Amino acid sequence: MAALSGRRAMLKYSIKRLLQSLVTLLIVVTAVFLLMRLLPIEGYFGDGFDKLSESQREAVLQKMGLLDPWYVQLGTFYKGLARGDLGVSSIYRKDVPVLEVIAPRVPYSVRFGLAAITLALVAGLAMGVSMAKHKGKGLDKLWTGYVVFVNAVPLAVYLLFIQLYGTSLFNLPLLFDKYMPSSWILPALSMSLGSIAGYAMWMRRYMVDELNKDYIKLARAKGLSQSTIMVRHVMRNAYVPMAQYLPASILMTISGSIYIESLYSIPGMGGLLVDVIQRQDNPMVQALVLIFSSVGIVGLFLGDLLMALFDPRIKLSKSGVSR
Amino acid sequence: MIRDRILTNAESAVAAEVDASLFVQAEFDASAGERGGYSDYSYWRSTMRGFLRNRVALGFLVLLGTLLLFTFIQPMLPGQKSPTLIHNDPATGMQFRNVPPGREFWFGTNTIGQDLWSRIWGGTRTSLLIGLIVGAVEMIIGISFGAIWGYVRRLDGVITEIYNVLNNIPTTIVLMLLAYILRPSFKTMVIAMCATGWLGLARFVRNQIVIIRDREYNLASRCLGTPSRRIIVKNLLPYLVSVIMLQTALSIPGTIGWEVFLTYIGLGLPVSIPSLGNLVNEGRQIMMSPELRYQLLFPTVILSMITISFYVLGNAFSDASDPRNHV
Repeated sequence: MAALSGRRAMLKYSIKRLLQSLVTLLIVVTAVFLLMRLLPIEGYFGDGFDKLSESQREAVLQKMGLLDPWYVQLGTFYKGLARGDLGVSSIYRKDVPVLEVIAPRVPYSVRFGLAAITLALVAGLAMGVSMAKHKGKGLDKLWTGYVVFVNAVPLAVYLLFIQLYGTSLFNLPLLFDKYMPSSWILPALSMSLGSIAGYAMWMRRYMVDELNKDYIKLARAKGLSQSTIMVRHVMRNAYVPMAQYLPASILMTISGSIYIESLYSIPGMGGLLVDVIQRQDNPMVQALVLIFSSVGIVGLFLGDLLMALFDPRIKLSKSGVSR
Repeated sequence: MIRDRILTNAESAVAAEVDASLFVQAEFDASAGERGGYSDYSYWRSTMRGFLRNRVALGFLVLLGTLLLFTFIQPMLPGQKSPTLIHNDPATGMQFRNVPPGREFWFGTNTIGQDLWSRIWGGTRTSLLIGLIVGAVEMIIGISFGAIWGYVRRLDGVITEIYNVLNNIPTTIVLMLLAYILRPSFKTMVIAMCATGWLGLARFVRNQIVIIRDREYNLASRCLGTPSRRIIVKNLLPYLVSVIMLQTALSIPGTIGWEVFLTYIGLGLPVSIPSLGNLVNEGRQIMMSPELRYQLLFPTVILSMITISFYVLGNAFSDASDPRNHV
């Protein structure tokens, strides 16, 4: 009976959360589109702006539908989205559909993102466990130093030094090369550093809290060995801190990937976004911003579902602010 | 039936004896408060005591204080150069390009012959100024929004939904989009970062208020007729100081970091304004030649010292100012 109502609550929560994500997506799409309308029209011409006469410019704008009132443009944009049409690139690769430019880059971003999230999970949890085990001693202090460093020093600064000295110290390639497996190491590691620190802190806090609880003291009093207690009692619930940090970790990986892909010249979406911003290709910027926001929204949705699924302490009836 | 009648009788008997004036709320009277159980507890004194006990934080406080003081008095010191002036060699008329650190140029010069030492302090001034403005604005918006969100029950649902929408979009994307649309300038930088940063503080303030607003001691205070102003200042605010100070202290290194990031993707301040972001970016472009690496190293060392100090101090002060840690 309780299990059944639990399952129903879970289903209800999932549907509610899904609807919420869809509404968010709609709001974000609309807001981004309207914000992009504020940009000066030069952004749709590139270098050719000065060469065109006034009437030619008008014609180009007319063709792109940019002279219509904003609500007509918005309607056209929605219709295009429904057909999977995000417009054509205006500068980066002129007149090529945006999705055609982006598609070959998706696999790189996905692979790097997944690699980074997995690495962060494994390394972060291991670090957290070792911190809790050596609480107050050298190793704990060392890893705490790492966490403070990663949180306090801007990512844009320390990642430069990792690229600079990591490549020369370990003889790794400076830029990404898809035929060289060793060129995957530094970017993937860089993307996971922030999340490792986050997981480590959650895990440490969880372990320290848990080890002070009565049932652990009882287990110890019963004469169970430390390793048995760790494996059979403490670690059994370790997925709780894991699930709690997952959404933040996904967002952090997305943010990091924009910088890191550009730094290592990885042909992914993040590097592309930096490129098209520098070259002011409005349709490309708009499409990539939409893709990244959608990934963020979907990532948080999945993270929240996992958390609700795993963490028995979350009361679904009081949903809303679950983070 | 009989019980009811007895009760009614008892009530009327009591009512006859009890003086109605006893149920009028009393004015707050400090001396009457002390009669109950006087303690010389002072919130700020306890906070200071807790903070001063933390040796590491004290070290960082001295470091940060020195850095900040020096940053702002540096241009007034004798023998300082302008951060934007390009120095030419009087003998040849050529620019002093990439002069290594030495007697004349303490931190050397950059690729176009500007004095790196004064550029670093000028850049720190710019970046700190952005950080302080953004921190102050975030504090105002975050606290007001968070307080309304936490206090006004009817708005809770609506604001929570708004928060969920905003929180779902990666900050990086919002920042990049705003900076892209508004075109790079000092104002753009400040607006973009103010637009994203207050969200976290508002949530923390809201959560804290929701937790403590209905605690028994607040209920008791209200029943005893303590004025709202006093409840807010004495009962609620001490619990918020810790969270507010931590978020504000962390927003300054955060702002500096975002500035470096935005500069990297070409949406930072114009190159004519020295800022830590511009300095790191200039250093990055030539970092592949080891003999010029000092141009990256010096700005990043100063930048890291500032951000780490703010981070450690923020955390230490937050611990010290949390009333739960006061004995």
